[in-house]
Amino acid sequence: MTVPVLTPGALAFAGQRLTAYRHFWRSSLISSVLEPALFLASMGLTLGILVDRGPGLPGGVSYLSFLAPGLLAAAAMQTGSFESTYPVLGAIKWDKTYDAVLATPTRVPDLLVGQLLYVAFRVTTSAALFLAVLVLFGAADSWLVVLAVPAALLTGMAFAAPITAYAATLDNDSGFAAVQRFLIIPMFLFSGTFFPVSQLPAVFEWIAYVTPLWHGVSLARGLALGTIDLGAGLLHVGYLALWIAGGVLLARWAYRRRLLT
Amino acid sequence: MSAETLELASPPQPGSLLLRVFPLYPLSARRAGYLVQRNFLVAKRTWVLFVSGFFEPFFYLLSIGVGIGGLVGDVVTDTGTSLTYQQFVAPALLASSAMNGAIYDAVHNLYFKLRYSKLYDAVLATPLSAPDAAVGETTWALLRGASYSAAFLVIMAILGLVESWWAVLALPAAILIGFAFAAAGLAATTFLRSWQDFEFVQLAVLPMFLFSTTFYPLSTYPEPLQWVVRCTPLYHGIELIRNLVTGEVGWSLLGNAVYLLVMGLIGLAIGARRLSGLLLK
Repeated sequence: MTVPVLTPGALAFAGQRLTAYRHFWRSSLISSVLEPALFLASMGLTLGILVDRGPGLPGGVSYLSFLAPGLLAAAAMQTGSFESTYPVLGAIKWDKTYDAVLATPTRVPDLLVGQLLYVAFRVTTSAALFLAVLVLFGAADSWLVVLAVPAALLTGMAFAAPITAYAATLDNDSGFAAVQRFLIIPMFLFSGTFFPVSQLPAVFEWIAYVTPLWHGVSLARGLALGTIDLGAGLLHVGYLALWIAGGVLLARWAYRRRLLT
Repeated sequence: MSAETLELASPPQPGSLLLRVFPLYPLSARRAGYLVQRNFLVAKRTWVLFVSGFFEPFFYLLSIGVGIGGLVGDVVTDTGTSLTYQQFVAPALLASSAMNGAIYDAVHNLYFKLRYSKLYDAVLATPLSAPDAAVGETTWALLRGASYSAAFLVIMAILGLVESWWAVLALPAAILIGFAFAAAGLAATTFLRSWQDFEFVQLAVLPMFLFSTTFYPLSTYPEPLQWVVRCTPLYHGIELIRNLVTGEVGWSLLGNAVYLLVMGLIGLAIGARRLSGLLLK
């Protein structure tokens, strides 16, 4: 059993994806950067006035500083997920990019690694831009906030890898709407982005702890507020890495089954 | 697309000028009904997605109402009433989900049918005309939106978030919001050139969702911004539903309703005309 690795073929395929991205990078800025920035302005700044005036957050953290790193991680989840849905199924089924590339010396594992590399690029650049917005809003409390970008990368890939595997098994796009409505949106709303999960009833609190987004949000928030300790940090990183590794293995299986028969 | 083509395509109607401007209601109701029936048959096949539409506003209510509500405490509205945060947010979520649902139907579904599945090319081969298709699609979007809104109102009542019997009128109000946005969405869709352009629709809808007094009262803003917010259609939708649900009913609500009605009629007039142009050229 071969583990997918970085090969010249994988790099070449990532390059192909980037070339395609040049055609729509402007509109992608709207969903990856402007949308979280609008949430930050509406909820962080304005709703923040009400929160900070009301009972507020434990530890006296301002709502803006609390929300911003959470949104950074949640935006990474959304970019990582989206780039692993339509683009993957499209390359398999509609524009048949994968078939075209397989007619060259590039092999199936190269396609997977190249695809994930491209998603990693998208998540990292979006997170870096959003970090700039966050600093402009004055929401950064600690220099460690810079490390929220790699935290976002881990979060984004923890979604990208398993969703890539899922996309490679689908026949049409209706499954993506279900993923969006039953996984992505509930996690966006309940995994600690907008409020501490301790506000939830106990059962839902425990469900939240299992979601990769909660670990991504906690990691990014701990770094941005400068409150993280090493043990908790390693736990979050390890848990996210587990999702990535599992997702890559599943995706490898799904790609072979779909593209080699 | 010239006026002559339109005349040829749809049977001549006993028309006043008004009918020429709004060449729709209710003459083609039966023919448009066939398109509604067709959409219903499709929805039966993808019922999971249809049902999942009920959950989204409910998730938002739980997350924002309960979760953030615990951080915010009570809110004083612009009319001076003190509400719990859940009571404050729930009617606004009803209004925004009516907007979102209508936009989704009118923009995403319509665009797909128009450009990819060529549904309307098939429809026009039958006695249905392009305006029939526009009326049929809008009716379908409204029926679907009305079912979601009704379910959400019931949930609000069960959670004790409804203050007054006027809330019964929140359902027609939600349908009116759906009408205004579905018609505007219909008009907007005829201008879209590619999937990437959807981002621009999102660019209009998301700021409204976030800034039109959904999450906090108008008084949180500085005065000039308050006037900007007052111009947005969603603000009028939220005012309408929030005041009905809390029972603070006054004549000003008619103004909110008229705003939405006019927006819908203008959207429909533009949308139906542009759609005829796109389909018959």
